[in-house]
Amino acid sequence: MTLLSILGMISSAIFSGTSLLYTTLGETIHQRSGIVNLGLEGVMLISASSGFAVTAITGNPYLGVFIAMMAGGIMNMILGFLVVTRRANQLASGLALMFFGFGLSAIIGKPYVGTRINALPRLNLPGLSSLPRLYSSLFKFDFLIILVIPAAFFVWWLLFRTRWGLGLRAVGESADTAFASGRSPFLIRYQALFLGGMLTGLGAAHLSIAYTINWTEYMTGGRGFIAVALVIFSKWHPLRAILGALLFSGAVAFQLLLQSSGVQISPFLLDTIPYILTLLVLIVWGGARRHAAPASLGRIYQGVE
Amino acid sequence: MSQNDKNMLKWNQIFQKILDSAARYLMMGFVVLFLFGIILLITGKDPIQSYKDILTSTLGSQYGFSEVIVTMTPMLITALAVALPTRIGLINIGGEGQLYMGALLATWGALTFETLPVWALVPLMGLLGIIGGALWAFIPGILKSLGLVNETIATLLLNLVAPSIVAYFVFGFWHSPMDTNKTPNFVDAAQLPTFFNSRIDLSFFIALVLLAIFWYLMKYTRWGLEMRAIGGNPQAAKRNGLPINKYWVIVLCIGGAIAGLAGAAQVSGFYGVLLVNFSRSLGYMGFLISWLSFGDPIGIFITSFVVSVIITGGNMLQLTIGIPYAVINILLALTLFVVLAKPTFLKRITI
Amino acid sequence: MAKTKDVKSSVYVSMRGITKAFPNVLANDRIDLDIHASEIHALLGENGAGKSTLMKILYGFYRADAGEILLRDKSISINSPQDAREHHIGMVFQNFTQIPAFNVLENIALFLPDLQPVYKQSDVEERINEVSIRYGLHVDPYAIVSQLSIGEQQKIEILKLLLSDAKILILDEPTRVLAPHEVDALYEVLDILREDGYAIILITHKLNEVLACSDRITVLRGGEVAGTLLRSETSEEKLVEMMFSKKLVDVQKTEQGVQKISDTPILQLAGIETQGEGNSTSLKNLNLEIHSGEILGVAGVSGNGQKELGDVILGMEKSLAGEKLFFGKDMTNRPIGDIRRNGVGFIPENPLLMASIPYMTVLENMALTNTWRYSQQGGLQVDWEAVRADYQATQEDLGFPFSLYTLPRSLSGGNLQRMVIVREMTHDPQLLIASYLTRGLDVQSTLAARQALLKACENGAGVLLISEDLEELFALSDRLIILFNGEIAGEFIPSETTIYEVGHLMTGSEVKYVAER
Repeated sequence: MTLLSILGMISSAIFSGTSLLYTTLGETIHQRSGIVNLGLEGVMLISASSGFAVTAITGNPYLGVFIAMMAGGIMNMILGFLVVTRRANQLASGLALMFFGFGLSAIIGKPYVGTRINALPRLNLPGLSSLPRLYSSLFKFDFLIILVIPAAFFVWWLLFRTRWGLGLRAVGESADTAFASGRSPFLIRYQALFLGGMLTGLGAAHLSIAYTINWTEYMTGGRGFIAVALVIFSKWHPLRAILGALLFSGAVAFQLLLQSSGVQISPFLLDTIPYILTLLVLIVWGGARRHAAPASLGRIYQGVE
Repeated sequence: MSQNDKNMLKWNQIFQKILDSAARYLMMGFVVLFLFGIILLITGKDPIQSYKDILTSTLGSQYGFSEVIVTMTPMLITALAVALPTRIGLINIGGEGQLYMGALLATWGALTFETLPVWALVPLMGLLGIIGGALWAFIPGILKSLGLVNETIATLLLNLVAPSIVAYFVFGFWHSPMDTNKTPNFVDAAQLPTFFNSRIDLSFFIALVLLAIFWYLMKYTRWGLEMRAIGGNPQAAKRNGLPINKYWVIVLCIGGAIAGLAGAAQVSGFYGVLLVNFSRSLGYMGFLISWLSFGDPIGIFITSFVVSVIITGGNMLQLTIGIPYAVINILLALTLFVVLAKPTFLKRITI
Repeated sequence: MAKTKDVKSSVYVSMRGITKAFPNVLANDRIDLDIHASEIHALLGENGAGKSTLMKILYGFYRADAGEILLRDKSISINSPQDAREHHIGMVFQNFTQIPAFNVLENIALFLPDLQPVYKQSDVEERINEVSIRYGLHVDPYAIVSQLSIGEQQKIEILKLLLSDAKILILDEPTRVLAPHEVDALYEVLDILREDGYAIILITHKLNEVLACSDRITVLRGGEVAGTLLRSETSEEKLVEMMFSKKLVDVQKTEQGVQKISDTPILQLAGIETQGEGNSTSLKNLNLEIHSGEILGVAGVSGNGQKELGDVILGMEKSLAGEKLFFGKDMTNRPIGDIRRNGVGFIPENPLLMASIPYMTVLENMALTNTWRYSQQGGLQVDWEAVRADYQATQEDLGFPFSLYTLPRSLSGGNLQRMVIVREMTHDPQLLIASYLTRGLDVQSTLAARQALLKACENGAGVLLISEDLEELFALSDRLIILFNGEIAGEFIPSETTIYEVGHLMTGSEVKYVAER
């Protein structure tokens, strides 16, 4: 195994992990406010397709990223209306959102299948220019990759060091208590969904506008579900989510590496490794994990009579 | 009051209830049609004509109606696979994976015991499907009862694993000489008998029987009582001496078994062959239907029927006015949104 | 703020004609209430008299159907707790509004009205320390709340109110869960607060506390005001008369008529050890015996292993060492179902959470402990007639009237407790674990529940009575053990000890209390 192939693996782990981390951060915010969003898959698809479409039309990838963010936030407002205002079941509403995303994204993206777009530019990192081109090209990152770790710290800061974050976590623990403290659980959950949706949209934008530079139906390939798993894997903590996303995308990259180095394992079995790994980690963490979950996750807040 | 009068009263109440829910469904139907009509208008189609097409192509012809039944059959079963565990407070989102594993084992039976007669092979495949689904549900069940992993997340993860395993077997060992993504067609003895000169097969009647058993189980039996107690308050149920860990494992396995049976029925009846990625989210659909209908057997039937009309009609629309298949997902999602937004249905549900 | 006559006589807040109806009950019926600054005003009444509802209206948690609230003679509208707090009204709920997963600082910061959008923990810490030193409310700001005792949680709750600038403090049964010395400390705090001009409303049904500390007393009965009195013009008898219409008789354990069902102890625990997870207590080397016809009282401040003791006997909690014998037969770590089938009844501390299924009818709830007894055709059917007959009989015996066809979630706390008592008493329990048997019951039902307990004893059952009400324990127990920190800190015959000796063992104080009071 050469140094190049190992570096390549790390590079592709970073590229594929970025969208996952943004999405996981978004879901962390949702879940900290007490909402499980199982519709991430659909939200991502709509963000990816609309971001891609806008980039294709205007030629401006930054505008595409912005639109993808907005699309994510707006999609989540549908979920908010169902689970916050209408008090519907969160899992079922999330799945409905997923089907909606399947359908709408296919229609949005249909004219642009196979279209070439201006991808998000990859920037030269200082210091890397001295490396041979083959190596340095592996580590030319777009701004979304560069910002993803700071984004995790930002989410951490927001949740644990600001008044808004304190209120948001309080809603996730006990909506009644948060209400008693003079906050509106409804409003906070909507805000959490919008912000989380924008982060999800960033992740999706990275997928279609920066990483694959392509739109295909169902291109997220289960990333939305994986993000839900990663939130639990990281015990609802934005900084641990960094580790989770890297580990996960590392496993995917490792699988690619094994294949390229000619190891005879069915790709289909390798596909299952990340999921089984996540399950194993959850088993190892076992009971302790439960104590980290927001106490009223998934609960419907009924308000007062 | 004589016994007769009492019965009359009871039937009146039931009738009233049916009328009420019919009115509610009708109203929601109009909202959905209105929303979807807007989308159709935007894409430049005539909504009225489209709806006419949907109705005439599904309920208007014997063939269309039988197709609706065919479409709804697996939904009835996968919805039941969710509804049963829901009663003891388990969120089985893993119907999708259990379905695949059931189909996998049933296919193994069909390919291995080709020479058996139909009365032996079909039941054997059903049994294998049950085993496959139950085994796949046993993993989250045992993890849950050991207090290690929440069943929602475990079943969700296993959903992502199962299709890959099916793909592994189909591509690696079982694929037909012509096509790498499916097995050879099953022998006739491995195919479910069909009825009424249509594609309606035995699994529809099995689904109805299962629904009836489910209804009786929950309403009249000791186990139904105990299951409702566990679902209502596991801590109290446990203190009252109910073996809730045992229930968790067994009921989740039964749920998985039912989903596995649906998988077996799909390959044995609907397709007659195992395709990679054959399910198209049937398991998730079952989850939705179960939640929308409150886990109520009659509700499951009605909801499945409505969803099937949409899907079957949407398929027809695709052929007749050339809108993409994806639009069906939108129509479906709009329906789900409207039903979910109806609070009186779902007041009690929390996960 | 100085204490002056002027302040004391002025009406700070008054409620006029407050009416609030819930689906089954009129909780408040045209209630008038005046609260002055610099006073401790006790709101007295039995369960369901409407005290909590009234105060939740003042705090904006409920909206009144009719009536108005005046603050310094000006009509104000309170539609949410936020409105209430803006008017400097604060409330300590029975179930504290704290988030167990947060630390003390975060819990307090959550309720600070002037918290900066981006706040510094050290600033908040400073403010906490300032107030906590002044009023003697010491807590560690970085302790996680779920790991604190109830007494400490209450301190946090009061700190929260003081820091959020509340001038009217509503305390809902603040002493319910406190040890005797903690009660005294609380009243010292309240005294200083009164001196500083705060108006304090105390919801309670403990007469001695009312008489010990309050300035004025308002008695509620059946959702109406039965009267408001100055402390100086009232007495225990007078208050009791206002609270209840019927005369009370207390019960006392007698030795007569006990039919022993067995000479071997019904229950023996030998060297039982458990490992408490999270904030629950570990039991250490626990030894005890319960004999037929005997009531073993368990005293202790809650959180010292009472819940775990009940749970380990029931089988809810695993014992890591030691033996549990029923009638001399080893039943250590057997499933709860087996223990139940051996005639063990269990009345838990929280009937809604630990004993009932909120969305199943009372009748169905009744059948739950004995599904095997009522199943027909191997379980394909349930004999509801028999269930009804059995439990109606017990209901009539105990005089607990409630419908078998309502849902537990619509029952009041007291009725819920009655439901559980009826259920657990029905099939002649041989061992009865009763945790906080009379918590939430009014005086009449308390008597009935105690009588039922004694009747079970007369029929030969052994009883483990876990309680914080020392008077109850002294009146009913044959023997008394004190749990402290998961260990038995002492064992007594009630007639040979005093409440103060027991009280000191409960709090783990080193010095034994000798002097007479």
